[in-house]
Amino acid sequence: MTAMHTKTIAQLSAALHSGEVSSVELTTLFLERIKQHNPALNCFITMTEAQALAAAAAADQRLKAGDAAPLTGVPIAHKDIFCTAGVKTTCASKMLDNFIAPYESTCTAKFVEAGAVMLGKTNMDEFAMGSSNETSYYGAVKNPWDLERVPGGSSGGSVSAVAARLAPAATGTDTGGSIRQPAALCGLTGLKPTYGRVSRFGMIAFASSLDQAGPITYSAEDAALLMNVMAGFDERDSTSVDCEVPDYSANLDNSIEGLKIGLPKEYFDDGLDDRVARVIDAAVKEYEALGAVVKEISLPNTALAVPTYYVVAPAECSTNLSRFDGVRFGHRCDDPQDLFDLYTRSRGEGFGAEVKRRIMVGTYVLSAGYYDAYYLKAQKIRRLISDDFRAAFETVDVIMGPTAPTTAFKLGEKADDPVTMYLSDIYTISVNMAGLPAASIPAGFADGLPVGLQLIGNYFDESRLLNVAHKYQQATDWHLQVPAAFK
Amino acid sequence: MSVDQSDITKVALLARLKIDEADVPQYVENLSNILGLVEQMSEVDTDNVVPMAHPLDAAQRLRADEVTEVDQRERFQALAPQIESGLYLVPKVIE
Repeated sequence: MTAMHTKTIAQLSAALHSGEVSSVELTTLFLERIKQHNPALNCFITMTEAQALAAAAAADQRLKAGDAAPLTGVPIAHKDIFCTAGVKTTCASKMLDNFIAPYESTCTAKFVEAGAVMLGKTNMDEFAMGSSNETSYYGAVKNPWDLERVPGGSSGGSVSAVAARLAPAATGTDTGGSIRQPAALCGLTGLKPTYGRVSRFGMIAFASSLDQAGPITYSAEDAALLMNVMAGFDERDSTSVDCEVPDYSANLDNSIEGLKIGLPKEYFDDGLDDRVARVIDAAVKEYEALGAVVKEISLPNTALAVPTYYVVAPAECSTNLSRFDGVRFGHRCDDPQDLFDLYTRSRGEGFGAEVKRRIMVGTYVLSAGYYDAYYLKAQKIRRLISDDFRAAFETVDVIMGPTAPTTAFKLGEKADDPVTMYLSDIYTISVNMAGLPAASIPAGFADGLPVGLQLIGNYFDESRLLNVAHKYQQATDWHLQVPAAFK
Repeated sequence: MSVDQSDITKVALLARLKIDEADVPQYVENLSNILGLVEQMSEVDTDNVVPMAHPLDAAQRLRADEVTEVDQRERFQALAPQIESGLYLVPKVIE
């Protein structure tokens, strides 16, 4: 059991299959670590201890019977945005504080089928709206590298839990950077797949044309193992794409000799912290040493991504969140005077400040007379942003740059200024606008805080992204660093 | 683009959100700032650009018109704040 909590999923899977450790032992270890450290980190909203131990015992049976899949018996945490049957599913909102999901999301169901063991549901920004995990109804999450700093968001609980080795992997969702930015700020590998690659069924909707689930792990090798479970067509998601799912582990070791890397000059502008820039430069040099060829490219509409996002995402959020009416499920106000009072007070009490702000923006831009000027205009600019990437991928295989302009910022530092907070997603948002896959991998440290390198791929090119990430991780060990307090 | 207090009141009504009177100035400031950010879009010429609704330009998939869901009314209503005889209860709408 020596240091099992710092092992990768690939190592844990091997240990489980060889009988070196049982799933019950592993699950118990991680549950104990959660109990010990969660009070300081606040990364879990719900622990599912009894259910986890039962699932672990069942996994041990499967392992003994020789009927095990790679993730059988492996403990994992799920972002509290995925409906998990019979388990409280809150989306970190007071609105859903009393919501026991009556069905299972496709994504989590696939992990159940694979025999993975759910440890609990992780904290997040309310309805995934935030970049710091400070908008949660259940309180802010702390960054294990520095407890006075944010873990990033919105998948802040998932990254905090994995970085502190309270779970060896977690699921996240990414609408404007919510997997990649927190992965960068906590020193982890995070992958946002191509839009439509992973089913959104049972994943509580924020902005339906942008939302996508993905893995948060230590290594690209582990991300591939999770993708092998998560990815695939689902007829219950109308935007799921019906195309072949490769074995994401198959090409990890491919040579990257001659790989063409594009560096968008717009990602290295004045807004980028110098210390972060130096780490990114060093990572790019490492890639050159591995045989890749680097050239500068341009994505001229980059600066428009954040403004466009703050039309598209709030518009879709205000539409999606209209389902919370205090009638069928979720929070309901006391003693409603009439139907209008029931709606307005239930929603006014149930949603937090940032969610209300976005519903207001979305309602405004969709209101009569404004549709063409805002939503339609945003959809047109979305096409321009997407065309920038299409043109770039004519000449390069992968695009690289920083994931976030700075390292993790202090709790409260940007909480009062929505626009400043929004700009922390400047390098990640355009990927969602275009629907492309992208990863963030640990590339080093600046003043003791992790820095993430973003890798952007062409549509459905997750395999190549994981290959490119894996080769770097074979040559470096940034992804295996553990915060001192959690070793 | 800036909004005023009456815009906030109107949008809150459309969004069915109760907003405390005291918070209205904060909403005026926040929404004006956000719409100011969004304003950058107007500088771009998009006259001949086709709007993008889906990142992969996929069309809505059709399926056969068959019953695929079973009735789970009791299960779903167990989550409702107030029900009676299989009905969701709301304040009286029609006198």
